[in-house]
Amino acid sequence: MLIGKPPGIPSSAITPKDQYLNRRRFLRGAGSGLAAAGAVALGTRSIADVFSPGMSVFAGAKLQTVPSPLTTTGEQLTSYQDVTTFNNYYEFGVQKNEPAQNAGALPTTPWSIRVDGLVKEPKTFDMEALLKMRPLEERVYRHRCVEAWSMVIPWVGYSLSEFIKQCEPLSNARYVQFLSYYDSRVERWASQTTIEWPYSEGLRMDEAMNPLALLTFGLYGEVLPNQNGAPVRIVVPWKYGFKSAKSIVRVRFVDRQPPTTWNEQAPNEYGFYSNVNPNVDHPRWSQKVERRIGLPFYAQRRTTLMFNGYGDQVASLYDGMNLKRDF
Amino acid sequence: MKYSTVVLLKIVVWAACLGPLAWLVAHAVSNTLGPDPTATITFTTGLVTLRLLTISLAISPVRKLIPKLAWLIRFRRLLGLFAFFYATLHLATWIALYAGFDLHAMEGDVVKRRYVTVGMLAWLLLLPLAATSTNWAIRKLGGARWNRLHKLVYVAAVCGVIHYWWQVKPGVLTPMTITIILGGLLLARPVLALAQRRKPTPVAKAAGV
Repeated sequence: MLIGKPPGIPSSAITPKDQYLNRRRFLRGAGSGLAAAGAVALGTRSIADVFSPGMSVFAGAKLQTVPSPLTTTGEQLTSYQDVTTFNNYYEFGVQKNEPAQNAGALPTTPWSIRVDGLVKEPKTFDMEALLKMRPLEERVYRHRCVEAWSMVIPWVGYSLSEFIKQCEPLSNARYVQFLSYYDSRVERWASQTTIEWPYSEGLRMDEAMNPLALLTFGLYGEVLPNQNGAPVRIVVPWKYGFKSAKSIVRVRFVDRQPPTTWNEQAPNEYGFYSNVNPNVDHPRWSQKVERRIGLPFYAQRRTTLMFNGYGDQVASLYDGMNLKRDF
Repeated sequence: MKYSTVVLLKIVVWAACLGPLAWLVAHAVSNTLGPDPTATITFTTGLVTLRLLTISLAISPVRKLIPKLAWLIRFRRLLGLFAFFYATLHLATWIALYAGFDLHAMEGDVVKRRYVTVGMLAWLLLLPLAATSTNWAIRKLGGARWNRLHKLVYVAAVCGVIHYWWQVKPGVLTPMTITIILGGLLLARPVLALAQRRKPTPVAKAAGV
């Protein structure tokens, strides 16, 4: 069986670190070789070329990216260390450091996304198809958690809208729902909460089609570490972090607002929209300021921006809406 | 108990109580308080406050159960004062790092956010207890009145635990352990009192050490 812990690993069976690192180096070498071969054959240099069916997408494997005009400039990046060890991923523990320790249990290969609901026909996309769909872009985004902390992360992916077009939703699809991987035998830590799993998130179609919404495969030029939502997640930079569902296995197109995890858990605290909004406080704390992760304690505090600073691109989505009521 | 033993134990208790602060200062200097240092400072000072309060509340029932350990009473004041010390650091963290010394923001927080309100109440309840912790104050108030006043520590501890529950996300159960322990200690008082009424034990003698 793939899942579950083996009864015990004798020290003789542990791969020495240099060999382990060699494997990774080999993979990178093989990757760039294959990519070069792909570039010759197809005249492109897309990361998807390095993945063949059955090949594992290892966390840490390099991803080839192209620059993007939608990247955020002028921000100091949060360190790789902090981005990958300070996580909210409750299925792997409620403390910030727990997902990095426990998410190794997540079986990321093989992986596919099932697409159903209001679509021309239900489909399944495997990782290879997803990675090949569009060239991967590097997009630096501010990431604002509803808990009033923030990071700046260089994500790797392409606009969610590109994927949605391939899903061929029907014209009556008004919302899109994202469901995360869940197996109580793998994610044993999930039972430390009273939350109903699997994790569910959702966007209105026009929000999902906004080019800033990113279907994400990596960060810092590498395949996503499991604790960051491997192997595929969404990133919606103008909304609080919990809207950016991780480890997505199913995408449903629906005509009514789908149930979403934190909104169901506490509707007065977490709205369906959950746009970053300094004018609407969380019942338990102010959203006017945030703490930037990775800075000394006396330098963390900063002002939170409306729509997390992405108002120029997204404010028009909410024209005529009362964002105090529909928070 | 020998005087030298008491001195040695006091040194140990002082060191143990100052440990968390020393840890915080050392890591603040080297900027290794983790990705979110503000949260680390807040969480550490808050949790140490609750733990010290709980330990200080455990002393009385432990003495009643095990008369041999009656000498523990000598450390209760120290633990209580350290609890107040960490509660004050916790409050100062909020004032400086969260509110940024913005009085308007603080006022809004206290009025609007129940976990801030109840946390502030807990600190305010500890304040008169810390102020009347000297021998002089005990004499001045008289033992009975002083005892009655210091029952407030139970209210403060309950407020502290409520503050913890109201601060975590709904559905998160991390405050459970301290809640169960504190609940047990609160129950221990009436239970022990009842047991004592049935079977008089020479506790009074032991307490007079």
